[in-house]
Amino acid sequence: MLKRVHFGTSILPYLLVAPQIIVTLVFFMWPAGQALYQSLLIEDAFGLSTEFVWFENFEVLFQDKLYFDTFRRTAFFSVTVAGIAMGAALMLAAMADRIVKGALTYRTMLIWPYAVAPVIAGALWVFMFDPTLGIFVYFLNMIGIDWNHKLNGDQAMSLVVMASAWKQIAYNFLFFIAAMQSIPKSLIEAAGIDGAGPVKRFFTIIFPLITPTTFFLLVVNVVYAFFDTFGIIHAVTQGGPAKATEILVYKVFNDGFVGLDLGGSAAPSVVLMVIVIGLTVIQFRYIEKKVEYA
Amino acid sequence: MIENRPIITFIAHATLILGIAIVAFPIWITFVASTHDAVRMTQVPLPLWPGDQFFANLYTTFTVGAGGGNTVPVGMMMFNSLIVALMIAVGKITISLLSAFAIVYFKFPFRMGFFWMIFLTLMLPVEVRILPPFKVVADLGMLNSYWGLSIPLIASATATFMFRQVFLTVPDEMLEAARVDGAGPMRFFWDILLPLSRTNIAALFVILFIYGWNQYLWPLLITTDSSMFTVVMSIKQMLESAEQAPEWHLIMMTSLLAMLPPIVVVLSMQKMFVQGLTETDK
Repeated sequence: MLKRVHFGTSILPYLLVAPQIIVTLVFFMWPAGQALYQSLLIEDAFGLSTEFVWFENFEVLFQDKLYFDTFRRTAFFSVTVAGIAMGAALMLAAMADRIVKGALTYRTMLIWPYAVAPVIAGALWVFMFDPTLGIFVYFLNMIGIDWNHKLNGDQAMSLVVMASAWKQIAYNFLFFIAAMQSIPKSLIEAAGIDGAGPVKRFFTIIFPLITPTTFFLLVVNVVYAFFDTFGIIHAVTQGGPAKATEILVYKVFNDGFVGLDLGGSAAPSVVLMVIVIGLTVIQFRYIEKKVEYA
Repeated sequence: MIENRPIITFIAHATLILGIAIVAFPIWITFVASTHDAVRMTQVPLPLWPGDQFFANLYTTFTVGAGGGNTVPVGMMMFNSLIVALMIAVGKITISLLSAFAIVYFKFPFRMGFFWMIFLTLMLPVEVRILPPFKVVADLGMLNSYWGLSIPLIASATATFMFRQVFLTVPDEMLEAARVDGAGPMRFFWDILLPLSRTNIAALFVILFIYGWNQYLWPLLITTDSSMFTVVMSIKQMLESAEQAPEWHLIMMTSLLAMLPPIVVVLSMQKMFVQGLTETDK
């Protein structure tokens, strides 16, 4: 961690870390501490007095059926988004891995949705599925499907899932293709000589060998679906209709900033923090194994 | 490729082209919508082929704004976005370089304490702690300012972590040689470490520029003054106004303009982008 050859103690290193530490303290530690503290308080309806209640907010929260529904919805949403985004990316990467000529062109054409902001991705999909004007709705109507994501909760959910997965394919593709190209060609060739076809080679050699990448991407995708999709949901459905697309992070935003229920939204944000910390620890344990520390 | 089977190669190409078509279709539709006038954009079915109003729409959104006069010219919002994205990218890189330098090259009390404190920030995305940081920024009087839009986002565990890895690969002989030649810590940092991490800085810059440009929730919370709006956050307001009078041609033109800079950055600096993405591991 520390260089064998290094500088001695002086005031300088403190000055060097100061900007980072100050920003961290003021905008991260202090707010997180506040949220933690508030989650243990109950404020009266007028915000005049507060009472310290230990974990009562959490007990109330975990007995709340609505919160439980949000939890289940979030789980469903993230697993579906991760599944679609990773599945599509894996298939595309497997195809691109085969191609010698033009692979770079394909990569170029596939990666740029990464650069699109979530809220803009949401706007594009909302436009394509606009109940009266949308181009897809026109086609859906032709085959007899009635589409209105503003009224139908399931359709709203599929719309945010599609928009979220669409944006994440690029990221997954890049990591999958990098992992596949790092597999020694001799392994694949040996299997080919032994008579394994492309499909068999994929499932018995390539897929098992890229498991670490798959696992890493799973965590990243779940984190993405948990938090970064806020913009998409905000643009497409605002959590509606009837909370059909309200995931945890959206609920915290809605209760806290729109509903201005400070104490009530603190407990759910602490739960969210615990989830992120858990996911990050898993992710870093994986990176820890991969990275060689000097 | 192991065996030469044209059919499988064909399937591979076909799948990729189909994939690209699906991935690119929303962007195509956006582009098409931005080239028609208001009347055409209310007739079902909507066009699949570009019209001739591209420059007229571009001029309107860029100088006047979309959404019936109450919104801001997109040109100005893009300028705000650019400033904020640059401040975030440069700020993150600067403070991360400095703190990684301190942690790797100095021995001082609480060194590991600082490292873990920085590391912890990674675990707390902005979305999780929506209200408390808002209050802090309000108390500091930084609402509706470039500082408020960028400073709270510039602490970075990933960047610090990455530079730490880079510095750890620098041979110890470098420092020994620099010392023999009489260079102090900052001289060593400036003349040796910085040039050595040039490519990493560039790669990180690409990622962070996109990150900064695409910020949504944070600018949404702390800007109320329309002269400080960023282009990405304005999309939502336009969508809301679209509930009454859809001006899809202008909204889609704004979306197009809002995603153009990051897409150009990704495509023109593809190598650095891929390097930055895989190195920081997000």
